[in-house]
Amino acid sequence: MSGVNDFVCKFATVNGSGSASANTMFAKTIFRMGVPVSPKNIFPSNIQGLPTWYEVRVSEKGYLARRDGIDLMVAMNPQTYREDLAEIVPGGWLLYDSTMPRQWPREDINVLPIPIAAMCAKRWTDPRQRQLFKNMVYVGALSALLDLDMEVLKGVVADQLRGKEKLISANLDAVALGRDYALENFQCPLPIRVQTAESARGKIMVTGNNAAALGAIYAGATVCSWYPITPSTSVAEAFESYLKRLRTGEDGKVLGAVVQAEDELAAIGMAIGAGWNGARAFTATSGPGISLMSEFLGLAYFAEIPVVLFNIQRGGPSTGMPTRTQQSDVMACAYASHGDTKHVLLFPSDPNECFTLGAKAFDLAERLQTPVMVLSDLDIGMNEWMTDPFAWDDAYAHDRGKVLDAAGLDAAKDWGRYYDVDGDGIPYRTLPGTHPDKGAYFTRGTSHDAYARYTEDGRINAENMLRIARKFQTAATLVPKPEIATRDPRSRIGVIYFGSTRPAVLEALDELEAEGIRVNAMRIKAFPFSPEVKAFCDAHDRIFVVEQNRDAQMRSLLMLEAGIDGEKLVATTNFDGMPLTADFVRKSIRTSIGPVKVAAE
Amino acid sequence: MSYIQKPVAYHPALKKNALGLTHRDYEGSMSTLCAGCGHDSITAAIIEACFELDLPAHRIAKVSGIGCSSKAPTYFLGRSHGFNSVHGRMPSVTTGANLANRDLIYIGVSGDGDTASIGLGQFAHVVRRRLNMVYIVMNNGCYGLTKGQFSATNDKTSPSKKGEPNPFDPIDLCQMAIQLGAGFVARSFSGDKRQLIPLIKAAISYRGFAFLDVISPCVTFNNHPASTKSYDYVRAHNQAIDKLDFVPEEREITADYEEGTTTAITLHDGSRLMLHKVDQTHDPRDPDAALMTIRSRAAQGELATGLLYIDESQQDLHDILRTSDRPLNSLPASELCPGSAKLEAINARFR
Repeated sequence: MSGVNDFVCKFATVNGSGSASANTMFAKTIFRMGVPVSPKNIFPSNIQGLPTWYEVRVSEKGYLARRDGIDLMVAMNPQTYREDLAEIVPGGWLLYDSTMPRQWPREDINVLPIPIAAMCAKRWTDPRQRQLFKNMVYVGALSALLDLDMEVLKGVVADQLRGKEKLISANLDAVALGRDYALENFQCPLPIRVQTAESARGKIMVTGNNAAALGAIYAGATVCSWYPITPSTSVAEAFESYLKRLRTGEDGKVLGAVVQAEDELAAIGMAIGAGWNGARAFTATSGPGISLMSEFLGLAYFAEIPVVLFNIQRGGPSTGMPTRTQQSDVMACAYASHGDTKHVLLFPSDPNECFTLGAKAFDLAERLQTPVMVLSDLDIGMNEWMTDPFAWDDAYAHDRGKVLDAAGLDAAKDWGRYYDVDGDGIPYRTLPGTHPDKGAYFTRGTSHDAYARYTEDGRINAENMLRIARKFQTAATLVPKPEIATRDPRSRIGVIYFGSTRPAVLEALDELEAEGIRVNAMRIKAFPFSPEVKAFCDAHDRIFVVEQNRDAQMRSLLMLEAGIDGEKLVATTNFDGMPLTADFVRKSIRTSIGPVKVAAE
Repeated sequence: MSYIQKPVAYHPALKKNALGLTHRDYEGSMSTLCAGCGHDSITAAIIEACFELDLPAHRIAKVSGIGCSSKAPTYFLGRSHGFNSVHGRMPSVTTGANLANRDLIYIGVSGDGDTASIGLGQFAHVVRRRLNMVYIVMNNGCYGLTKGQFSATNDKTSPSKKGEPNPFDPIDLCQMAIQLGAGFVARSFSGDKRQLIPLIKAAISYRGFAFLDVISPCVTFNNHPASTKSYDYVRAHNQAIDKLDFVPEEREITADYEEGTTTAITLHDGSRLMLHKVDQTHDPRDPDAALMTIRSRAAQGELATGLLYIDESQQDLHDILRTSDRPLNSLPASELCPGSAKLEAINARFR
C-alpha cells in the first residue's frame, strides 16, 4: 500500500538529545516539497533521558490522521529497540546506529545500518556537537533514501537556524555526512520516497496552541492570566510573544498584559476580574486546571461575567497522562461547578479552527456574558498540523455584547443588571467607572434579584435561574452549527464526531465508501447543540459517536441535552492517549454494521 | 438584609466636599452585621476617608471575598461597582480588574479567614505583584458567619468564648506583607477612627500595594474578657507607634506640628503623610525596624498600630509589566486587531 508520497516514518529517540529540531526539519522539508505531512510528537512527561517518538505520516492524498504500521523506523534509542522493531510493517525498513552492531530478530524487514556515533566522533571533537549532529546525520541519510529535495532541505535548515549562521553550515555538514553514507552503502532511493507534488501548496503548518493565541490577539484580547500546565502552556507563551511582536509600542509599552498566576484558581480569577471590568480576558489550562477552576466558573456563570478558557485536553483522570491526548473533559466542562450550571463549549478540529473559534469565543462570551470554553486537545494543540492559511475579514466587527455606556444609562428607564429587557435571557451590563451616579451594582455569587440585590426569596432566585436557562437557549442559536456531510441521503447510518478526530473519521468514511458503505457524518462544533444536531440524529437510525474517552461523554451529552435515544447512539471510543487512526474508526463501524448489511442484501 | 434601602432624605446642613457631595453620597445599604460589629466602624472610616479625599465614588471599585468582612462593601460606596467574589480569591479578581482598567481605585476588603487561611496564597502573591490597591483586612480572629471558629490570626493565648484554648500560633499579616514586599503596611483598630481615617486616606493615595490590618472585634463570638481581639483588650494594649495626619496634595499644612518629631512622607500623588513618631526606635522606611517593632511589641503583649512600613518609590504591577498607560479596557479594536495585512506575514512564517 505504501509507496511514493504515501508512507509513515517514525523516529525513536531520547528526549533532550536535540532530535526534535532535526525531526521538525525533516517534516518541514516534505511539506515544502508540496506533499501533505502530519507529524505527531509522542513524548514523555520528562525533560531528559526518556524515550520519545516522532511519527511522520506522508500522504499526497492529504490523509493526516495517525496510521499504524511503520514503513521506516529510525531506531536511535536502544531502550525501545524491541517495541520499535515490532511496529515495522513486513517489508519495511529499519535505520539504526550501527556503531554497536546488532542482530535484529526479524527476517521480513530491511535493515539499514549506519555507524552514526562513530561518524560523528570522527568528524567532531566537542561532545555536545557529537551528540547533536547525530540527528542531522540520520536526516541526511533519509534525504538520500527518501529522495528529498536538497535545495528545499537546505532552505529549511537555514530558516530554522536563522541568526545562527555558524550552525547552518555545521548542520549541513552533518546532513552531507549521512547523505553520502547512504548513497554509498544503500540502494537509494527506496520504493517509499517523496516526490514533489502540489497538494500541500498554499497551506501552512502550525500548532493549535499557536493558532489559539493568534485568535485571542485578533479577537482583541488584552488580559491573559495562566498557570503552566502541559499541554496548554504554549498558548500563553505564544500570546505573550505575539504581544511583543504585534502590540508593543516604540516606547516599549504593551497593549495587553500576561500574568503567570500562582495557580489555576488565581489564573481564572484574574481573567474573570478583567472580564468583569470590560477587557477581553482568557486563561489556558488542561484537565487538572478545570477541576481547580470550577468554583470560579460557577461564579462567572451565575454572576454572568464573560471569560474565555482554552482547555487543551490531555489524558485523565487526575494527573493522568499529561503528555497524551484525550477528549475526556467534555462532561467536566459542560457542567463545571456545583449547583445547576452549564457552559458554552467550542470544539475546534484543527489549528485553523483554534484561530477562528478562538476568536469567536470572545464574541460569544461577551454576547452571552458567560464563560466560553474552547476544547482543544494535546494532538491539535502541540502537534504541527497542515491547514489552510489564516484569514481575517477586516470588515468584521467584534461583538462586544450588551454593555451600557453613560448615555445608554441615562436613556435607560429602569436599569437592572439582571433584568431581561429583550426576552433573550441576556441582560445589560455596566462597567465600573462609567457614570457618576447610575449603573453601579454589586456583583455577587449569592442569590440575587434582577437588580443584583441579595435575596433569599426562593421564587426570585428560581426566576433568575430560569432566565439564565433561557439565555442558554439563546446560546444554542448563536454558536457555530455542526458541519454535516451527506454521502447518501438514503443512508440511515451516521457518524458524529468532533475535534481532533476529524482526519481519522474522514479517512475512514472514504475507505468505507470505497467498500460500498456510505455513512453520513456530522461534526459537532459547539455545545449547547443547535437544532441541526437533533435533526441529524432524527434522520439516522444508527449513529456512531466517535470520541476519545472511556465513558462516551459526548454520547451522554447528546442523550441528556438533545434528548437523543441512546439505543441508536453507538459509543465508539478510544482512549489510549494516542491520536485516533482511521483504521480504528473504519473497523469499529465495519464490525458493527457488517451483519446489518448482509441482512439487507 | 442588605437590600434594605436607606431613606434618601438629606439634611440641608450636611457638610459637602469639593465635589458637592455629602457623607450620604458615599454610604451603601443598611448594614446587616451584628450591632456593635467593628466592621461597621471600618465602613464608616472608609466613607469618611473617601468623602474627605473628594473622590468620585464611581471611580472606585470594591472587591471582596466571602465572610462577614466581605459583605461589608455593600454598606459603603453605593455608587461604586462592587464584586463579592469567592472565598479567599479577592486578590486575583482585583488583579484582573486592575489589569483591565488601571485608572480606577481598587479597595479590596477581606477578613482574617478569607486572607490568612483559604486566601493566604493569593494574599502572598498579590503582595509580590505590587498591585496598586488598598487591601483592608477586617481582622476579628474568628469566623463569624459560621459562628465563631478560630481563625489563623487568633492569638495563641486567646481562648474561644466557651473557654477552649487555641493551640496554634497566629499568622501576623503585617509581618508577612512587609516580608513579601508590600510598599505600605499599617495596622489599626476599628475603634480608633482618629488613627484609621488618615491611614485609609494615605493608603488610597499610595500608588502600589497598600495593606491595612484593622483589628475589628467580633461582638458576638470574640469579645469576651479572655479574648485578645476584644474591644477592652485592644483598647488597653494598643500601642500607637506614630500618630498621623494626612495632607492632600494641594492643601496647606495648618496643623501645628512639634518640630523634630514629625516626618513628612510624600506620596505618589503629591499628598503628604505627617507622621509624629511615638516610638523613637521605629523607622517606617526600614523594613527590618518595622518587623522588629511589631515583634518586640507583640512579645510584651502589645499591639503596635500606625504606619508600620512605607516605601515611597515602589513600582506597581503595570510598571513591571510595562502595560499601556491607557486602560486596556478602553483600547479600540483598531489598535488591538492586527488585521488581514499582518496575517500574510504571519502565514509566511508557517510555510
